[in-house]
Amino acid sequence: MSGGWDTTEEFVKPGQEAHQWKIEKRASGDFLFKGVTVFFAFSILAILALVAMEMYVESLPIIHKFGWWGFVKGSDWDPVNGSFGALPYIWGSVYSSILALLFATPLSVGTALFITEILPHRVGGLVASLVELLAAIPSVIYGLWGILVMVPWLQKTVEPFLIDHFGSLPFFQGAPYGVGMLAAVLILMIMTVPIITSISKEVLLAVPQSQKEAAIALGATRWEMIRMSVLPYGKSGILGAVILGLGRAIGETMAVTMVIGNTPQLSLSLVNPAYTMPSVIANEFAEATSKLHTAALMEIGLILLGVTLIVNILARLLLWSVSRNEKGGIRQ
Amino acid sequence: MNAKVQLENLNVHFGKAHAVKGASMEFPENSVTAIIGPSGCGKSTVLRSINRMHDLTPGAQVTGKIVLDGRDIYEKGCDPVAIRRRIGMVFQKPNPFPAMSIYDNVIAGYKLNGRVKRAEADEIVESSLRRVALWDEVKDRLKSAATNLSGGQQQRLCIARTVAVKPEVILMDEPCSALDPIATLKIEELIEELKEQYTVIIVTHNMQQAARVSDTTAFFYLGELVEYGDTKKLFTNPEQKQTEDYITGRFG
Amino acid sequence: MKGLILRHLKNHGMTLLMCLATLTVLLPLGLVFAYIVKMGFSSVNADFFTKIPPPPGEAGGGMANGMVGSALLIFCASALGIPVGVFGAVYLSEYGGSRISTVIRFAADVLSGVPSIITGLVAYTLLVVPMKGFSALAGAFALSLIMIPIVLRTTEEQLKLVPNSLREASLALGVPLWRTTLKVTLRSALMGVTTGVLLAIARIAGETAPLLFTALGNQFWSHKLTEPIAAMPLQIFNFAISPYDDWHRLAWAGALVLVVMMFTLSLAARSFGARKKHS
Repeated sequence: MSGGWDTTEEFVKPGQEAHQWKIEKRASGDFLFKGVTVFFAFSILAILALVAMEMYVESLPIIHKFGWWGFVKGSDWDPVNGSFGALPYIWGSVYSSILALLFATPLSVGTALFITEILPHRVGGLVASLVELLAAIPSVIYGLWGILVMVPWLQKTVEPFLIDHFGSLPFFQGAPYGVGMLAAVLILMIMTVPIITSISKEVLLAVPQSQKEAAIALGATRWEMIRMSVLPYGKSGILGAVILGLGRAIGETMAVTMVIGNTPQLSLSLVNPAYTMPSVIANEFAEATSKLHTAALMEIGLILLGVTLIVNILARLLLWSVSRNEKGGIRQ
Repeated sequence: MNAKVQLENLNVHFGKAHAVKGASMEFPENSVTAIIGPSGCGKSTVLRSINRMHDLTPGAQVTGKIVLDGRDIYEKGCDPVAIRRRIGMVFQKPNPFPAMSIYDNVIAGYKLNGRVKRAEADEIVESSLRRVALWDEVKDRLKSAATNLSGGQQQRLCIARTVAVKPEVILMDEPCSALDPIATLKIEELIEELKEQYTVIIVTHNMQQAARVSDTTAFFYLGELVEYGDTKKLFTNPEQKQTEDYITGRFG
Repeated sequence: MKGLILRHLKNHGMTLLMCLATLTVLLPLGLVFAYIVKMGFSSVNADFFTKIPPPPGEAGGGMANGMVGSALLIFCASALGIPVGVFGAVYLSEYGGSRISTVIRFAADVLSGVPSIITGLVAYTLLVVPMKGFSALAGAFALSLIMIPIVLRTTEEQLKLVPNSLREASLALGVPLWRTTLKVTLRSALMGVTTGVLLAIARIAGETAPLLFTALGNQFWSHKLTEPIAAMPLQIFNFAISPYDDWHRLAWAGALVLVVMMFTLSLAARSFGARKKHS
């Protein structure tokens, strides 16, 4: 029994009295390898904690100066005179994201339903992968299209029309700049639709066939089947998808920065320029000179992080409850 | 005959479930021992504890002793990897490595552990494949994928892979249950030959198979070792009522 | 009878609405794509791939430095992010207890939802401030934070698809667990892991926000990790918001190149994924 490899001594030839159980070498390999994987796996937790901690520590100066509430409700932003209030940015982020979601949700759910329930399997798959492919287009490219194509169109055609005909409503008061809240809402809508659609599609595909057949067997039309079986079953998953889309919209930086006009003001009007939390960080952080200015931007980042964390945790819990097994092929 | 492997009061728990309850028995050297019993009786669990495969199952707990050549393989400081070198295992479904060729599958035990010299590898591959009577069937396509082989060939390949690392004991977990009768016959013939060199322990739900290939048979029922002894005697004149009921087909 | 007709009418009406929704979704997406192709094709030429950007208002030039910079950033981000993602996934699927794995998985999912500009802020405080300057390294670090959760989750999914019988086959041959994991389990999942990595690369290739105050951008050639470096997405951003038509043209060309690259990557990823399913 001549072993052919370097570790032969571990093998005990039959009839040999003393066995060598050789442990160190093997065990240390396993120990080391497991150690490496443990280190990397826990580094995910460490990263998340680090992100939150860094942001908090860096924004301490402004928290000390204005307090949480003072910063959040202040609407004056004047780095030169050391006055910082985040309200216009928070307002801009919330207003643009919620409006965008308001339009994106019915469109996305309708599309997801059309793909899964109505289109033939093959065509549905094609449309779905088209939508997914477009979800992969980077934000800056949507921004490029937004600022060079959509904004001029809004300025010359859409906004004058809206102001002329609906100018009495608070939503359409102002001058047609092109850039502004409307542009941000539209671009956010275009960008969140693919995300919500593809996750909703996964959720709808997970509806068991038996659920649908039960409705069909009762003589339901296709729409009735969707309303009776598909939507109730997919409800929480679709809600998760929408909330995930909201998280995306709130955190979206480049495209919004390029089309929203970057003017901090509190206004209901869609035609007016506005500003969002990520945008002000993007525009001012690299040039912030005073310590207080940096800290103010950091605290805006911290608020943004807090909001997106809450939104994401909520969305994940909803989506995990649908897929049950944590493997759940649902990603963004 | 010498006892190659001994169980001393072996207990296996999976969480709260008590899968094997205090089994004590001996597996004689250079012979075939069959473990039979209805499904869920713990026979596979016993087999898998003999090469410490349960080490990686979360919640599995093995107590008692399993003695190989006079030493407890569960004692502290005993490396399960070294144990598995000496106690090889063949599984229920043929499981050749799908990404590897026939050649690489046979030499896998060496390759996965490091390097092996080309000439030596050739020699090991040929002798192992000859050992399982597969050489003539595959010698012209050693580099083709192992998954192209038939089920029976794949299982023999898996046995060759096990034999290649020169173990002393070979455990077989229902090795023929996924195979057709002709392939089964070939494996049974092979087991017959293997015992000249190795101690073979085979789990089977097929009593005829146990009667055909084994020298000693152990019958497990609900996690307990009911009876074990000479195969002929156990099948013709069992001591326990339960054994008789089982082999005469009254249950299980 | 009347009720039935009404129900059918409603059914058709709703189907029509769903169809309209789909068209409404596809229209702007199609428009974006059409513009990128149209404007991009008329602006891409050999100079684009070989020259650096021209001074403001001048014609010609290209994004060669940005392409090299992006490649370097992606390479470094991958070097940082892939090991963490892959080995973290190995822990989750091969070692982890169920509770702690769930926590880590959840953390990864949440991390992947953190706005990318935040990763830029973190990289700024952790690297730019101590190193006293913007650097390619800080940019790569920010990008790797985006990459890690993507690689982690896809790798874990792929590892879970590897049948246990293969792990057992290797272990039963007396191969230690760590070698089994590296040479059998990860090897079997290689195609799927590659898919995940390609998708992650496609994702970070277009990221702009994390680079704004880390890699910063650079007008000229640079390959030093400790200095500001040019990146395509940053150039597209800067040119897009500039008032010059010539720069706009460069931005369109950059967008086309970026999109083609990303589509190629995700097609490659898909074909890897598909091949995995067949074998």
